[in-house]
Amino acid sequence: MKTDIVLSGVGGQGILTIAAIISWAAVRNNMNVKQSEVHGMSQRGGSVYSHLRLSTEPISSDLIPYGGADLILSVEPMESLRYLPFLSKEGWLVTNIKPVKNIPDYPPEEDLIKAIEQLPHHVYLDADKLARDIQATKSANIIMLGAASPFLGLKYEDLEWAIEKQFKSKGQDIVDINKKALKLGFDEAKRLFPDMA
Amino acid sequence: MPVLPLLGDEAIAQGALDAGLSGMYAYPGTPSTEIMEYIQRSPLAAQRNVHREWSSNEKTAVESALGMSYAGRRAMAAMKHVGLNVAADPFINSAITGVIGGMVVVSADDPSMHSSQNEQDSRFYGKFAMVPMFEPSTQQEAYDMARYAFGLSERVGLPVLLRMVTRLAHSRAAVKTVDTPGEENKMHLPSDPMRFVLLPVNARKRYKVLIGTQSHLVEEAEKSPFNKYIDGEDKSMGIIASGVAYNYLMENFPGQKVPYPVVKIGQYPLPVDMIRRLFDEVDKVLVLEEGYPFIEDQLTGLLTAGKVIGRYTGNVPRTGELDPTIVGEVLGLEPKKAFEVPADVVKGRPPQLCPGCGHIDVYMGLNKVMEKYGPGHVFSDIGCYTLGALPPYNAINTCVDMGASITMAKGAADAGVRPAVAVIGDSTFTHSGMTGLLDAVIENTPITVIISDNSLVAMTGGQESHAKDRLVEICKGLGVHPDHIRTIVPLPKSRDRIAQMIQEEIDYDGVSVIIASRPCVTHTISLKRKQRAKQQTNK
Repeated sequence: MKTDIVLSGVGGQGILTIAAIISWAAVRNNMNVKQSEVHGMSQRGGSVYSHLRLSTEPISSDLIPYGGADLILSVEPMESLRYLPFLSKEGWLVTNIKPVKNIPDYPPEEDLIKAIEQLPHHVYLDADKLARDIQATKSANIIMLGAASPFLGLKYEDLEWAIEKQFKSKGQDIVDINKKALKLGFDEAKRLFPDMA
Repeated sequence: MPVLPLLGDEAIAQGALDAGLSGMYAYPGTPSTEIMEYIQRSPLAAQRNVHREWSSNEKTAVESALGMSYAGRRAMAAMKHVGLNVAADPFINSAITGVIGGMVVVSADDPSMHSSQNEQDSRFYGKFAMVPMFEPSTQQEAYDMARYAFGLSERVGLPVLLRMVTRLAHSRAAVKTVDTPGEENKMHLPSDPMRFVLLPVNARKRYKVLIGTQSHLVEEAEKSPFNKYIDGEDKSMGIIASGVAYNYLMENFPGQKVPYPVVKIGQYPLPVDMIRRLFDEVDKVLVLEEGYPFIEDQLTGLLTAGKVIGRYTGNVPRTGELDPTIVGEVLGLEPKKAFEVPADVVKGRPPQLCPGCGHIDVYMGLNKVMEKYGPGHVFSDIGCYTLGALPPYNAINTCVDMGASITMAKGAADAGVRPAVAVIGDSTFTHSGMTGLLDAVIENTPITVIISDNSLVAMTGGQESHAKDRLVEICKGLGVHPDHIRTIVPLPKSRDRIAQMIQEEIDYDGVSVIIASRPCVTHTISLKRKQRAKQQTNK
């Protein structure tokens, strides 16, 4: 069993936190994990991505080949489309629709949605708005993790366990709000895209 | 056997600690920074009081590592690839002196230049210095090689180069580590200290010793656990794959054997017999290597092209990093790409200065002054502030190497350029800017140096800056006239005052330094957190 995931967003949006949580959950199931990160210059408000590979078999490459990703999980809509060559024919694109407009030529949002809807398997929602609704503005990334949770090949309880492990040092309040964010993302994705799994 | 989830960089650090490391020396640089950072937060390093403070630059780091080795203890120096240019002098000469305690130099290459000004291949330095060299393909190998390298270094009496690349440095996987870390060496002075005195009379002898060791280094490589001959049925081609390129090869044959014979390279100098065996068995040899055509170069030379294919012959792209997709194409396998990037809606998103950054105020003030002189007068340097070359600032005209802002401004001023302005960060200044400033002071060259001081090393994620609270004293000490050492806090409201100050110093016919100091908006808190954590592990 393997799941290859491309995580994407803009520097500072917390994709490495998502990667860490998924990795913990996979390791709990004795899976092999390779997680490639981006450090350095591009972290300053530029495009960032991470390749995350989970498998019951040994994993050779730290990078996913074109057409190999089972999932693109993005916290920004334009960034979700940047890595499409990595997505497999049957793969899912799950993205936050709230744009980060820090460039002058950012495309119209409706054009982005149109491009996303052309993909056979897609889920999108406004994670920033949902995060505000539950007073957890920093947890938009975890809401997106919840929305993508059916495509990870991992049990939901293992993700909750991993959230506990990831945020334990910051206190039980932070653990609870992130568990709530995970659930909200999961429910909202199901509500908007009932055919998704 | 503890299993830890480690970045490639962290695996090197843990391997070094488990080999009985006594001293770690480094200057921050992507993708090498996490090696020192891991050792700084390691409880074992704290318990043993392993040296783990940053150095002023890569040269001082390698020299300090050599000093620790001289005293019989194991030392490591780590840097990014271009840092090895700075440290080339002690690195090359440490092969002539030889080492006592094991000494490992880690150089982390950045193919595709994710965060660098070139993609030079450090393996050429290893060959140039004639020292053994390792190139890991996995996090586990990074750990194993770091441990193994110290023993080899002591066995052959030479420094060892460990070459990393970005993809492995910054990728995390499970690493099996030893139960009990090795003991540190005891401090002792060398029994033959004259070998460290590289007067020609000694250096000639030592050079012959180095040359004499070379055949032994090849033997070490032939029997190395990191070099492997893997047989294959199809002899129409053989493949030599090193480092991460080996992973990309394997990725293209999931759950099956590669049909061709493969030589996997992880230790240099190249194992000649192993390669000759492959060469004799197959019709042609494909070389897959990350970086420059280093192995290919040694196989083909100038005149024997034909049987070997790789980056030189154009069968593999000449520039940029490899990945499993590119290697699949090289092997002629069916591409699996299903979707294209919708180019009409996906725009470039370059990195940019953080909102509220002090560099912005410096550039806004500078641009007000420079407008009337036109472009071409501002020489800059390596750091976050290099982003001032991009819109909306378009404020700087050069970025070449650490410290070059001041010296290039000086040379341009010598050629008659007026005004000549240098913009440099605080840590870059103490890395390599101070000596250039001394050159300008000696001749009173009319240059205006702006030190944009955020009180830490920002681009690499927030490390201590050796310049902190010392810049005025350093400039005074170098001989800059105190009237022309100006200080200001860069804020949006002080942009006009910055502009006025720059104008006044441009109008002065001599060396001026303007120190614009405000702590980094992004990393100050995280640096304080790291420092507190370090204090706690030290207790």
